[in-house]
Amino acid sequence: MSLNLKKGVNRQSAYNLRDPNIDYEAAHTLSIIVDNESGVLARVIGLFSGRGYNIDSLTVAEIDHSGHRSRITIVTSGTPKVINQIKAQLNRMVPVHEVIDLTLKGKAVQRELAIFKVNGTGNQRVEALRLADVFRAKVVDSTLKSFTFELTGNSEKIDAFAELMEPLGLLEMARTGIVALLRGHNSS
Amino acid sequence: MKSSKEKITGAEIVIKALIEQGVDTVFGYPGGAILPVYDELFQQKKIRHILVRHEQAATHAAEGYARSTGKIGVVFVTSGPGATNSVTGLTDALMDSVPIVVISGQVPTFMIGNDAFQEADTVGITRPCTKHNWLIKDTNKLAETIHRAFHVAKTGRPGPVLVDIPKDVQFASGCYTKKKKVSTDFFKPELSLDPNLLTETVQRLEKASKPIIYTGGGVINSGEKAVNLLRKLVSKTNFPITSTLMGLGSYPASGDNWLGMLGMHGTYEANMSMHDCDFMLCVGARFDDRITGRIDAFSPNSFKVHIDIDPSSVNKNVTVDVPLIGDVAIILEELIATWEKRGSKVSSQKLGQWWKEIGEWKNVKSLKYTNSSSVIKPQYAIQRLEEHTRGHDRYISTEVGQHQMWAAQFMGFEEPNRWMTSGGLGTMGYGFPASLGVQVAHPKSLVINVAGEASWLMNMQELGTAVQYRLPVKQFILNNERLGMVRQWQELLHGERYSHSWSDALPDFEKLAEAYGIKGIRCEDPVKLDDAIQAMLDYPGPVIFDCLVEKHENCFPMIPSGKAHNEMILGEQTQSDNISDEGAVLV
Ligand SMILES: Cc1ncc(C[n+]2csc(CCOP(=O)(O)OP(=O)(O)O)c2C)c(N)n1
Ligand SMILES: [Mg+2]
Repeated sequence: MSLNLKKGVNRQSAYNLRDPNIDYEAAHTLSIIVDNESGVLARVIGLFSGRGYNIDSLTVAEIDHSGHRSRITIVTSGTPKVINQIKAQLNRMVPVHEVIDLTLKGKAVQRELAIFKVNGTGNQRVEALRLADVFRAKVVDSTLKSFTFELTGNSEKIDAFAELMEPLGLLEMARTGIVALLRGHNSS
Repeated sequence: MKSSKEKITGAEIVIKALIEQGVDTVFGYPGGAILPVYDELFQQKKIRHILVRHEQAATHAAEGYARSTGKIGVVFVTSGPGATNSVTGLTDALMDSVPIVVISGQVPTFMIGNDAFQEADTVGITRPCTKHNWLIKDTNKLAETIHRAFHVAKTGRPGPVLVDIPKDVQFASGCYTKKKKVSTDFFKPELSLDPNLLTETVQRLEKASKPIIYTGGGVINSGEKAVNLLRKLVSKTNFPITSTLMGLGSYPASGDNWLGMLGMHGTYEANMSMHDCDFMLCVGARFDDRITGRIDAFSPNSFKVHIDIDPSSVNKNVTVDVPLIGDVAIILEELIATWEKRGSKVSSQKLGQWWKEIGEWKNVKSLKYTNSSSVIKPQYAIQRLEEHTRGHDRYISTEVGQHQMWAAQFMGFEEPNRWMTSGGLGTMGYGFPASLGVQVAHPKSLVINVAGEASWLMNMQELGTAVQYRLPVKQFILNNERLGMVRQWQELLHGERYSHSWSDALPDFEKLAEAYGIKGIRCEDPVKLDDAIQAMLDYPGPVIFDCLVEKHENCFPMIPSGKAHNEMILGEQTQSDNISDEGAVLV
């Protein structure tokens, strides 16, 4: 018996290729409190890569030395269903203590730090310095033909500054990725 | 955490911790990096060690042991290849929620990272296939970590864990920490039950006109209490009940409300009831793609309640209306209590109508097949096996393929923990070692592995283990000389191009049995089948039963991947009316 498929037709795949998650995608900032033990970041990242979730930004550092706790801040994007899945998957990991969805919890302060190296002479150099002042970027290093600026702010501000520096001789930049906390007097 | 002052070696700590955890059996294979532990094993009498012939088999044997007893299965492997050989079993246990603890040897801490002999990044490799794993660098942490490992393996949704112990940590001395001194607070899945949701569920139960209960392995994992409560709920409501492959036996196959297994090769009545129901109570199952078929056409008109201990299983594949997160036994108990408190009743008139509809689907007789008097049909072989062993103190394991589905369709399971099969991962080579693990746990019981010849070859080296430990397992091989399930898909979905789905160069199974000093039986005549099965059952030791069956039989009914429940295809026998019922076996 055959299902009357034309020879060579393989649209009738062994697996269901239809993506059932075609739904509205949104970015979420997740704050994850974990044990600061070896391999913990690999576990979290492995979950994201293994299950095909996005990571738009990731930062991690110890926040409580005596309690051996770190905070991982991940910006991810997905449909509401996928975001819920990510949180449930994170929550069942042994070294994960808390998963806070800052995007759902209310307003959060989100900051990035970036360092820009801008090469230029003459008017270009003056203009770079003037714009840095407008953005409240700090000069942290300089030579006769370059400035190195440090800038903190939300990601849009960093993006905007990078765009302005581009024609003014932006050589390279480094940025930390987002750290975030909930606004107000309560802990996240 | 206080520890006793007396110091013992890491290897002693391992054995002591296992004994304190109540471990009586370990499946394993030694090697350089775990020799100190094996040395301790040699000097004690409380733990029995079963030497397998391949580490993959140790993990599957531990799974069989765990699933048939409800206890935790334990495995010892050495570093490098020993550890990598355990990966398939770990993944299998993760998919099917089987609690096992693998203890692996590792190269000494000071050599880690140097590409030492038999070094592998075991915790790296097994990270995605365990619930959690640990590399221990301090002998003083060893006991505590092993106790934690056992806690994680069995808490919440059960699963595999691995503890990697470098050889110097096994040699060094350290303090033992007792189990009761180890806090389990570090891993406490949060389960909160909202009474409003319980009431809402019961209200829906009362109002349902076309209800169905769909159960899975979670009921069995939860334990005897959950099984009894499930049966109680069914008898109180008179709702129809179906189960996944993993959940067979939680409701008895002989029970009045049983519709048979659902899913890709489930019965017509089970799948149609799932499709047409207006209320679905999912108990300890996870809406796997083999169950749902096409997801956007899955049970379109039902109100869905999902009971599961794992929050990540809820709303993963199918969005449900009411999630009830927690242990199946606790939730069923609450549900029934709420039901009784409200004095709930179902409408027997509406339910009667629904049962009538289901009766019509049952009349399709979707498991019907054409029998033959000249060749053994695989379904017939399973039916005869069932006939000869029903009522025995019996455990069945399977390999993966058509034979597995036929076993699920044609064997009746009256009790939980009696059916061992690789569901989530679909691991060929699972059944033989699993049957060994079951037999070790239940030495007096009848243990049969229903196998396909191709799968069976994947762990056939375990004949040595069966013989060494006098494990009288029966290997009932449905030999179609084909990778039958692959062949079936090629026939139905790939234009009958049978690419590499032949089992060529098969051994003579009778001679193979003879080579190991056990019994081999071959049967190819349906008339002689009964006697041959009886001979297998009468033989006190291990048997390889080479049952030569029809080579081109397809397993029906079938929901092709990506199709909906109501698009299932039935066997030729059920499809066409012009074939007479003569020779057709009704089930
Ligand atoms: C380890 C592994 N490799 C490949 C597969 C894919 N596969 C599924 S069923 C099957 C054929 C099994 O043949 P056999 O054991 O003879 O069983 P039959 O279907 O013939 O009853 C194969 C190759 C698998 N499930 N597991
Ligand atoms: Mg076969």
